[in-house]
Amino acid sequence: MAKKILIVGGGLAGTIIANGLCRQLRGELSSGSVALTMLGATDTHMYQPGLLYVPFGRMRESELFRDQRKVLDRRVRFVVDPAKHIDIDKKAVTTQSGHTHNYDFLVIATGSRIRPDNIPGMAEGAHWFYDLEGARKMRDALADFKGGKIVVNVNVPHKCPVAPLEVTFMLRDYLAGKGVLDKTEITYTYPIGRLHTLEPVAKWASPEFDRFGIKSEIFFNTKSVDPKAKTVTSEEGTTLNYDLLVAIPPHTGQQVITDSNLGAGGWVPTERNTLLREGSSNVFVVGDTTNIPISKAGSTAHFEADTIIDNLASLLKEDRWARNYDGKVFCFVETGMHTGTYVWFNYTTPPNPGPPSQMVHWFKLAYNRLYWLSARGLL
Amino acid sequence: MAVKQRIDARGAFCPGPLMELIAALKLVEVGDEVEVWSSDKGSVSDIPQWVNKVHHEMVGVTPQEGYWSIVVRKAK
Repeated sequence: MAKKILIVGGGLAGTIIANGLCRQLRGELSSGSVALTMLGATDTHMYQPGLLYVPFGRMRESELFRDQRKVLDRRVRFVVDPAKHIDIDKKAVTTQSGHTHNYDFLVIATGSRIRPDNIPGMAEGAHWFYDLEGARKMRDALADFKGGKIVVNVNVPHKCPVAPLEVTFMLRDYLAGKGVLDKTEITYTYPIGRLHTLEPVAKWASPEFDRFGIKSEIFFNTKSVDPKAKTVTSEEGTTLNYDLLVAIPPHTGQQVITDSNLGAGGWVPTERNTLLREGSSNVFVVGDTTNIPISKAGSTAHFEADTIIDNLASLLKEDRWARNYDGKVFCFVETGMHTGTYVWFNYTTPPNPGPPSQMVHWFKLAYNRLYWLSARGLL
Repeated sequence: MAVKQRIDARGAFCPGPLMELIAALKLVEVGDEVEVWSSDKGSVSDIPQWVNKVHHEMVGVTPQEGYWSIVVRKAK
């Protein structure tokens, strides 16, 4: 009887794991002693970080998407039928179409989603770039923008912790290029008492804001947006007027997680080193879906996925544990349209971003193309 | 009855203990307590400062072996 591996979710983490397992378990998959199934929500795979470039005309929509079946190794049984209920006790996942998939090992990779609807008025009054429709609308709004007040409004939790700073610097460069920067005021809001949760990043960003004339409101935890009055108000009692509101909406996990009672907010309690669901020895959790207190970012998902591939393959081939995840995260930081920097850290090494350079920006642009090799598990 | 949720944010650089606390407070009821474990000494001042600004309630800060236990009650 084949050992069944079931991956729920076809984003970056699930895809890397599926492809990596196909390489490490080549013989077992060929002989039929292991079977690998992925349940996805769509037949296309999106390069999510590319959404940041869409509003500025720096990437085409078509560049963001590939056919998921072509990204996946052909030995993966890929089913477009998202999970509706995960039953850990019965080792079974029921899909929206009503099919039930049993498993020996489960990988939960359902990810996160933006919830502008969780803040009154935000869905109606704000723009964002965290999904395709939002990026399209923001692109149109920027094309029509002739000057005025722009508020970049950051809410938590959110994926890609450096994206709010990136979009702020890119906005500034875009508006300068458009010739309307002198008629524009950019204000950046952040929930805590500095410009970024990473202190070294905040220390670097502060003089950059001063240099570019970008204003900031710290301790700004968004209470509501008034789309008619065009104002955004914080829990702390500050109200800002805007002509264009660029929000980083708060995120939650997916509905299937809360519906299956697997974790509040859609985040699954996960052991930080093994990436096993707390209380399970055959359920791995990866990427945004975990409740581990580290960045929800593509690189986190990638490094976690590599660990899970090694452990799942080792458990199936040798019945032993391979290695633990060390909390590694690596993030490029675009500091405008022409320069970039990066940060990396793990559970024991604090981040220390270097000075921005054109070379790092080029690396980031190159990675925008190399991503597809990452998803295939080749990079 | 207050429910205490614990966040083990030791060694968490990003998003960090305070951002984890803010996210956790959104998921609990008014009157519930959330305990954060942080190995970052900055949390001892950052978290009470934020709690004061947003008008939640500090319950306590207790030094432990190599980390701090910081308990906050959701007030609104």
